[in-house]
Amino acid sequence: MTDIGFVRADMVDARPAPHRTSGAVAWAQKNLFATPLDGVLTVLGAIFLLWIIPPIYNFFIGHAVGPAGTVEECRMENAGACWAYIHSEMEFFIYGFYDIPEQWRPNIVFALGAALLIPLLMPKVPFKRTNAVLFLFVYPIVSYYLLAGGVFGLKPMPTEKWGGLLVTLIISVVGITLSFPIGIILALGRQSKMPVIKTLCIGFIELVRAVPLISVLFMASIMLPLFMPQGMTIDKLLRALVGVTLFTSAYMAEVVRGGLQAIPRGQYEAGASLGLSYWQRMYFIILPQALKHVIPGIVNSFIALFKDTSLVYIVGMKDLLEAVKTKNDTALEWQSANTATTGYLFAAMVFWVFCFGMSRYSIYMERRLNTGYKR
Amino acid sequence: MSQVSETTVDRPVDTSHMQVSSTNVAIEVIGMHKWYSDFHVLRDINLKVMEGERIVIAGPSGSGKSTLIRCINRLEEHQEGQIIVNGTELTADLKRIDEVRREVGMVFQHFNLFPHLTILQNLTLAPIWVRGIPKAEAEETAMHYLERVKIPEQALKFPGQLSGGQQQRVAIARSLCMQPRIMLFDEPTSALDPEMVKEVLEVMISLAEDGMTMICVTHEMGFARQVANRVIFMDQGQIIEQNEPEAFFSNPQHERTKLFLSQILH
Repeated sequence: MTDIGFVRADMVDARPAPHRTSGAVAWAQKNLFATPLDGVLTVLGAIFLLWIIPPIYNFFIGHAVGPAGTVEECRMENAGACWAYIHSEMEFFIYGFYDIPEQWRPNIVFALGAALLIPLLMPKVPFKRTNAVLFLFVYPIVSYYLLAGGVFGLKPMPTEKWGGLLVTLIISVVGITLSFPIGIILALGRQSKMPVIKTLCIGFIELVRAVPLISVLFMASIMLPLFMPQGMTIDKLLRALVGVTLFTSAYMAEVVRGGLQAIPRGQYEAGASLGLSYWQRMYFIILPQALKHVIPGIVNSFIALFKDTSLVYIVGMKDLLEAVKTKNDTALEWQSANTATTGYLFAAMVFWVFCFGMSRYSIYMERRLNTGYKR
Repeated sequence: MSQVSETTVDRPVDTSHMQVSSTNVAIEVIGMHKWYSDFHVLRDINLKVMEGERIVIAGPSGSGKSTLIRCINRLEEHQEGQIIVNGTELTADLKRIDEVRREVGMVFQHFNLFPHLTILQNLTLAPIWVRGIPKAEAEETAMHYLERVKIPEQALKFPGQLSGGQQQRVAIARSLCMQPRIMLFDEPTSALDPEMVKEVLEVMISLAEDGMTMICVTHEMGFARQVANRVIFMDQGQIIEQNEPEAFFSNPQHERTKLFLSQILH
């Protein structure tokens, strides 16, 4: 006879989880030397690091020529990176051929942009609406007149003279702020029940997505003038802006569509059953959820756009990378074994800083917006 | 999904306000047909719902119950016949559809709360943007209905933090905030744990006691007995039989109804 009857006499109170072992030794044992194979791999890894780190350190810092150095030092044997070259050509890398006495104008644009964008990106700062209006509508106009001049006694400065980081930032900021809403509209259009709108959106997306950015820019610079009336030219920068924006919009549309498809049908139906109109449903219910799902994809597109700005050399713009390349090729007074390498490394570092910043910000936003799904 | 329960609420249902209007028609469906591509899902539906009626629609799964009530607020489009809600006929005219939807609340099997909004925001979104009610007033109404479904303390939480039963009560409150004239329930208790069915039914009964016009697709036969004034039985996209609950359960006429009832009532 087995007795399977059981009645609990008293309930067990919840108690805190047992303490975890901590400390450097425990950590190393668990993560580095858990098994003999782990130990061997750890030792091999350490040897690899010891082999690879010193030369890198020596090139970047140890044997490098600092910003105050001279070209003679850069030409010495065993010299590392030639930071003096970067320091000396910094103005060209940032402003391109922009007249040196007028460089306070881009500086104001940079400062204004930072002053408007940073609070916009920080959730806790108030006056978001005013801030957004200033950044999206007032700032571009002010910046344009400030940079281009020709009004209020400012010396005219054609866009051919703009260059370097200035152009890279202009194209990416404009590209990002325009392609995002255009991409959303295209994604919604692609899901539309209206056949004409749907076909147009699909056609645009599939056409643009199937062509390399280089050829979009090339078309913008070669084909567009053919359709224009005789004598009418379109600004190079504008062509680059249009090309980059349209290109990214198509990608953005597909990313957003992915997010839209992840939203259960019930969400559309609940919104509809409450009497909300199509646009209200999209704005209040669907898009906030859909965009949240695809933040990584959106930022991916933004990062790609930021790096793709370097392709605008096709239409003759000197963005950061092209400015560096130009100096590498022409600054004979700085010629040394490592000059070009240093120039490209500098460009890479600048690109990396901006892209990494976007990536970190997107992770932060993902965490912040996670509330609704926590269970 | 098609499990049937007989959960009842252990209190007498107050029928003093449950009056069926003899003149005012809330919903009229005339000779309605619907197809899902080639599948004839609703066939020759004729239904007249008077104001104050509490109708339970029962039937096996796939019989078209849900599709029928989803046609009433045009979540599904019908291809033939007429559907007239509060005197407005449903056509492709978007304006009329929104007009009807404003007056017809719907509660879904899976609640469909907006997960990115707080409970209070879920409740005030439509009143503010569809009815144009000032935010403060909308929030006051929302709190009133949250109290009515007995969860005012959850107002600032997100849907994901609530139990299924609480979420469904919020969903009911969300519909009520639009002050609809008709409420549609699409299997409101089917996705709930057994212990939570009762709290939702309690809310539905109290709504009925206030005289709300209700159409409920449900497997809760206890609820049908206690509250409904009419039970409709559907199979294969058609209305097979309808009657007062007493007669429906004790004396079904159609063979299919008898079979259905014999399988679900023990």
